[in-house]
Amino acid sequence: MQEHDLSFVRAEMVANQPPPVSDHGPVSWLRKNLFANVTDSIFTILGIALIVMIVPPIIQWAFIDAQWTGADRSVCATVVQGGTQPEGWSGACWAFVDAKFQQFMFGRYPMDERWRVYLTGFLFVALLTPLLIPSVPRKGLNAILLFVVFPIVGFFLLSGGAFGLRPVPTPLWGGLLVTLVLAYVGIAVSFPLGILLALGRRSQMPVVKLVCVVFIETIRGVPLITILFMASVMLPLFLPPGTSFDKLLRALVGVALFASAYMAEVIRGGLQAIPKGQYEGADALGLSFWKKMNLVVLPQAIKLVIPGIVNTFIGLFKDTSLVYIIGMFDLLGAVRQNFADANWASPQTPITGLVFAGFVFWLFCFGMSRYSIFMERRLDTGHKR
Amino acid sequence: MKNIVKALLGSAAIAMMAAPASAATLDDVKAKGHVQCGVNTGLIGFSAPDDQGNWKGLDVDFCRAVAAAIFDDPEAVEFTPLSAKDRFTALQSGEVDVLSRNTTWTISRDTALGLNFAGVTYYDGQGFMINAKKLEGINSALQLSGAAVCVQAGTTTELNLADYFKANNMEYSPVVFEKFEEVNAAYDAGRCDVYTTDQSGLYAVRLNLTNPDDHIVLPEIISKEPLGPAVRHGDDQWFDIVKWVYYALVNAEELGISQANLEEKMNSDNPEVRRLLGTEEGTKLGTDLGLTNDFAVRAIKHVGNYGEIFERNVGADSPLKISRGINALWTKGGLQYGMPIR
Repeated sequence: MQEHDLSFVRAEMVANQPPPVSDHGPVSWLRKNLFANVTDSIFTILGIALIVMIVPPIIQWAFIDAQWTGADRSVCATVVQGGTQPEGWSGACWAFVDAKFQQFMFGRYPMDERWRVYLTGFLFVALLTPLLIPSVPRKGLNAILLFVVFPIVGFFLLSGGAFGLRPVPTPLWGGLLVTLVLAYVGIAVSFPLGILLALGRRSQMPVVKLVCVVFIETIRGVPLITILFMASVMLPLFLPPGTSFDKLLRALVGVALFASAYMAEVIRGGLQAIPKGQYEGADALGLSFWKKMNLVVLPQAIKLVIPGIVNTFIGLFKDTSLVYIIGMFDLLGAVRQNFADANWASPQTPITGLVFAGFVFWLFCFGMSRYSIFMERRLDTGHKR
Repeated sequence: MKNIVKALLGSAAIAMMAAPASAATLDDVKAKGHVQCGVNTGLIGFSAPDDQGNWKGLDVDFCRAVAAAIFDDPEAVEFTPLSAKDRFTALQSGEVDVLSRNTTWTISRDTALGLNFAGVTYYDGQGFMINAKKLEGINSALQLSGAAVCVQAGTTTELNLADYFKANNMEYSPVVFEKFEEVNAAYDAGRCDVYTTDQSGLYAVRLNLTNPDDHIVLPEIISKEPLGPAVRHGDDQWFDIVKWVYYALVNAEELGISQANLEEKMNSDNPEVRRLLGTEEGTKLGTDLGLTNDFAVRAIKHVGNYGEIFERNVGADSPLKISRGINALWTKGGLQYGMPIR
């Protein structure tokens, strides 16, 4: 046995060293992602220059120099423009949005009846939220409440004329209220109708197929603006004098039919992506047509085309602005209508109003888009490992 | 404002109409309790919502005057905002009782479209505005050859512009935009040298310019745009009512009757004043119209005379500050002439 002097052998592990600076930390991150080579560096510098050029003026305009409150155009106009701001001033006129906010939201819905709009909005949110959260049970009942009961309750709440509620004719509706009503009805109608049309188009029955093809191709071949225009201008002339359909109703029907045709084609895309084996498998199990569609084909097909469906919804949401041409005022229409108020006309008013309208539209569309991504990830069970 | 395509479409539509809408408009109006009035969806000074969402403007006030004359209540009126496209069909189909929507009085509208214009509440005309700093020394539209002209698409403004430059053998390049805001922004940014639209519109544009003092309106007026309220053919009584409410407002200004001194004028000995206000013994002027004898009193009490309506909405008391010009009374060199009430 030989005795070893172990004094040079470490008795404990060396403490972990931090990784070298070249591999870790902000400097390395910068080098890896922004300045890896000459081209990257050039683009990075250009990008930073662009941000420096654009962002501070926007912040300056939208926040620092902005006017938040005021009674009329004088707060948003320079002295030469007839206002109180110093020469060369340029800033957002949020005072305009502030003064007109109620109109942007409700149009000219009577002040003392606005609680009805709030209540409708509350009911909508209260029914929609649990439907969107996957873990909340009783989806079927929830969907029936939202898509069958809610429209009836909402209709009577908003338009009144029954149960002791004062009637509020639709020409008084406006702003975000109209945008949301149009979008809700468009979405709620176009989705089921689109599925039926898509199935009809792939049907073996010649008449059903023909009707669906003609409907889809006609509606898809005509601009929405034309449909709205026909509904608002031509329709009254064919009706006996004195009978007039509600303008909002005409727009609703137009928008819903239009969206259905697009939705049908999106869903048909999904149906075509389902392998024939799935249909045959369902047939072999002895499922009826509707059971086959309901249990086997549609769940897979719709999952596949979620991006397309949401695309159509977002497009529909924004297309509602077109009702402006038939003299109805959605959010954008209400904003633009108020540009004509001489008390607020200033160089800054239009741009501020449009930025506001754009922001509200963006909020809703972005929300829809994020939710669809969430749903896609959740339902992506076939490809995810 | 005025759209050729829409006019054609409208006339085609009228041709298809078999029967005119029901004749006794006054009875209908009284039955439903309000006047249904078609106004612009938003035109500065003529019809626009205020902060509370109430309609304000010259066209709007005229409708309020009609409502006040009938119901003694300026709020007994409901407004239907109409785009240039559907204004005529709305009137024809009975959707509105009066169209007070800065509509130009033309022969084809009077005949083919089946309208009756009750008067001219505002004499407008197309003009030019230039940046005097940029185009120094120009003081007439005839010097504008080669200019880039900002104009709104789809209006007769565009056609008048083409006619004018062609008639004077001048070249121009149109810079056309769909929306009013876009035209304003383009002109303000200097993308064109000249802005053309109706003169009342040019005053509105000035409110949106960065340096309004640099801009001048050239003296040439290249088109006539008499704007006034219209009713549909087939109901003379209703036509008379709208027409004589307008003349009553003008006559009130001529006779110096305003909202402020109305009470005092009620006791006036001036026979003209007494006839207008219906205070004359045994008068039937108002009842023959289908209204009460004090219809003018009601209109003036609630809305004011023509001059007051003008100043409040587009004149000195408004941000627009349009001078009376040809809209002054005939006694002051203008064109507003109230037909005699007797």
